[in-house]
Amino acid sequence: MRRFLLNRVSQTALVLLVMSLVIYTLIGLMPGDPLDMMLASQPGITPEAVARLRLIYGLDQPLWLRYAHWLLAVLQGDFGYSRSHAIPVWAVLAPALWTTCQLMLISFVISVVLALVLGIVSAIRPGGWLDHAISFTAFAGISVPVFWLALMMILVFAVQLHWLPASGAANMGDGGVLDRMRHLIMPVATLALANTGGFTRYVRASMVETMRLDHIRTARAKGNPERRVLLIHALRPAMIPVLTVMATNFGTLFSGALLTETMFAQPGMGKVIYDAILSNDFNLALSGLLFATLITLLANLAADLGYAWLDPRIRL
Amino acid sequence: MWMLRAVATVLLGLSAAIPMAQAKDDLVIGVAQFAPSLNPNTDATVVKSYVLGFVSRPISAFDADWKPVCMLCTTLPSIDNGGAVFETAPDGTRGLAVTFTLRPDLVWGDGTKVTTQDVKFTWELGHNPASGFTNSHGWERASRIDVLDAQSFVLHLNRVAVDYNLWDDLLPAHLEAPAAQAGDYLHSTLYSRTPTNPGLYNGPYLVTQYDTGAQIVLEPNPHWHGAPPFFHRIVVRTIDNTAALAANLESGDIDMAPGDAPSLTIDQVLALQKKAPARFAFLFKPSLTYEHIDLQRDNPLLSDVRVRQALLLAIDRQTLVRKLFDGKQPVAATWVNPLDPNYTDQTQTYPYDPTRARALLAEAGWLLGADGICQNAKGDKLQLEIATTAGNKLRELTEQVLQSAWKSACISVVIRNEPARSLFGETLKKRLFSGMTMYAWSSVVNESPRKTLYSTQVPTAANNYGGANYIAMNNPALDADIDAADGELDPQKRRTLWVDMQRIYAEQLWVLPLFFRAEAYVLPVWFKGFAATGHGDMSPLWSENWRAQ
Repeated sequence: MRRFLLNRVSQTALVLLVMSLVIYTLIGLMPGDPLDMMLASQPGITPEAVARLRLIYGLDQPLWLRYAHWLLAVLQGDFGYSRSHAIPVWAVLAPALWTTCQLMLISFVISVVLALVLGIVSAIRPGGWLDHAISFTAFAGISVPVFWLALMMILVFAVQLHWLPASGAANMGDGGVLDRMRHLIMPVATLALANTGGFTRYVRASMVETMRLDHIRTARAKGNPERRVLLIHALRPAMIPVLTVMATNFGTLFSGALLTETMFAQPGMGKVIYDAILSNDFNLALSGLLFATLITLLANLAADLGYAWLDPRIRL
Repeated sequence: MWMLRAVATVLLGLSAAIPMAQAKDDLVIGVAQFAPSLNPNTDATVVKSYVLGFVSRPISAFDADWKPVCMLCTTLPSIDNGGAVFETAPDGTRGLAVTFTLRPDLVWGDGTKVTTQDVKFTWELGHNPASGFTNSHGWERASRIDVLDAQSFVLHLNRVAVDYNLWDDLLPAHLEAPAAQAGDYLHSTLYSRTPTNPGLYNGPYLVTQYDTGAQIVLEPNPHWHGAPPFFHRIVVRTIDNTAALAANLESGDIDMAPGDAPSLTIDQVLALQKKAPARFAFLFKPSLTYEHIDLQRDNPLLSDVRVRQALLLAIDRQTLVRKLFDGKQPVAATWVNPLDPNYTDQTQTYPYDPTRARALLAEAGWLLGADGICQNAKGDKLQLEIATTAGNKLRELTEQVLQSAWKSACISVVIRNEPARSLFGETLKKRLFSGMTMYAWSSVVNESPRKTLYSTQVPTAANNYGGANYIAMNNPALDADIDAADGELDPQKRRTLWVDMQRIYAEQLWVLPLFFRAEAYVLPVWFKGFAATGHGDMSPLWSENWRAQ
């Protein structure tokens, strides 16, 4: 176990190093730099001022040198300043991370719970009317674009019914728990619905497969009630492949979060990273993306640990 | 069923606490971008200028009638009133000494008086290359400053410049001087570190809450020298997706979408006007943003002026503007807006005339080929490429209309759009476009066309692609006009020079003028005291007049 963890930590560090190089190069190779955009949009700014800023931001240096400086600073624990916000990177990322974690974790838990319930119900009688209905709904969830779903929710629950606020994290002068919860309902629901469909299909497929195995027949032959067969004997082994999918999907929640954050004006990580890439804010974009990578790697590590828990025969 | 009922009950319970409509002493403004830092002199963005309009005032600015006015000063200096006098600069050139007097009742939001120490500090910082200043009216124009007393100062300019009496926002020396002394001003400025510090602002409102990426909350400045502003709170909320922003307007979560900050596009505002004409007030103000098509000077197909004229005569810009923008965006004749005092209607114009376009092409040797495309004697086809910013729906639509019109005039045009980054960052900057590029150019009132039309401003590797003369305009008469106009303080004489510049521009026709964009506003019907400006000195600079009625 200890060796496994050490291996995974060193693998994670290597992946992060490679990712940082790739991300830095890709952002650096994008045409133009932030000052070109400034020149195009800001009347009155002189070419001399642009040249001066290029010097201040180090944009006059070759890409590899800028990367080397960045890496050296990061290894010393200094993630630097956000160019566009002019404050330390972590001062921008920390509140955004909190918003995204709320969104991701709550929607992830909801979608997993929903997927488990719907997947198991669907797998009880494969081909039955309930299975068809759940499968249809799951496919609809998979097919519907997140931004469209978000817009429809705003139109129904905010514009037509006036039940929920259309955007933001809290009302002016309020900001209480109830108020914040109300603002979270639509983004969380959108993200959860978008993920439930896929998860449900995986749970169903895995459960149907497991229910055909010999040990299920044995469990039934021993007189175990059907509920016990389902929840104890079938669900546990069925969860092993599902866990992999969920762990890999945890990282992709970031992309879903970007859309929901944009549509519901939630200042989260997805939006911060997106804005940082567009404005060539290297430090911010890199730190944000590396953090997203780290979360995905940690989710995969958690999945590996989960395998051992679900199936004691698996040795790490 | 019980589950559905439970969900509905929870939602209804939660909605009970929702204020159905915002109280009228609060105003929520929806914008599509966030202002990432509020320092008035660095990293200029449109949305930042918009927010700053509520909390900070420049020394002088253009008003809604496009006239320069004092904001922090008592009288706008001019040659006529003796506030500006000619002098000989130390290097022997003809310069100007401009005297300003600050209003005596000016106070920063923390109660500290605004004095000439703040002017001197801002001027000094503006001369420090490491400060990263990028403001429109640069402090480096003044080579020296003389402080006369706590309110009066003289700025000495080394050359005569038309914008001699236009100066931007001040910085509070009592707060920002330590940050400047720290040596890393861009990272130590309090505008980024503690943007809610009241002492940073001198406008009618103060920043009381700054939620990065989400919203900026403004509340009245108790030390504001004018009448107290009406609204108890103004929230500038960022909703990146404009479809969601429109839905927020309809739900009442936001009250207004400004036209002078990034917000709803004109087609979205027109759609909303059709959908709910009585629910909001709609305002369209023609602006200085000039939508046009640059032509590639190095393309031999475009070297004949008759071909360039035919390109413009072949497109019906009036109908295009009427159909796509409900006629709200005026057709342009040159880069000078009709609202600008230097505008003239005496330039060569090119109203829609496909017959004349065909005739000009024939004169230039381009005759209709069997495939409907014009050919010359050598068998070359009159085929051009056009590029614009991919994903900009309105531009892409305009482009398709133009392509169809040109096809009718036997000119084949191929669309090759690019993302904005690559178009502005590479293609335009390095003049890599082969035929035509459609984009918009923003300018300030009376801005010299030096950057876009002067011969030395052609971006090249030698000048590190520093200029913005993407059409490679190289006309000695135009250069002479620009040189003369930039130093001419007599409005009539200056206008004469500008008229000549517009003549040359329209005759040479290296740019196909399309239209001036209109700022499209969606305002609450109860909103009064608002005036759109149509230029870079935006409406919030007069936000103390805004009220609900």
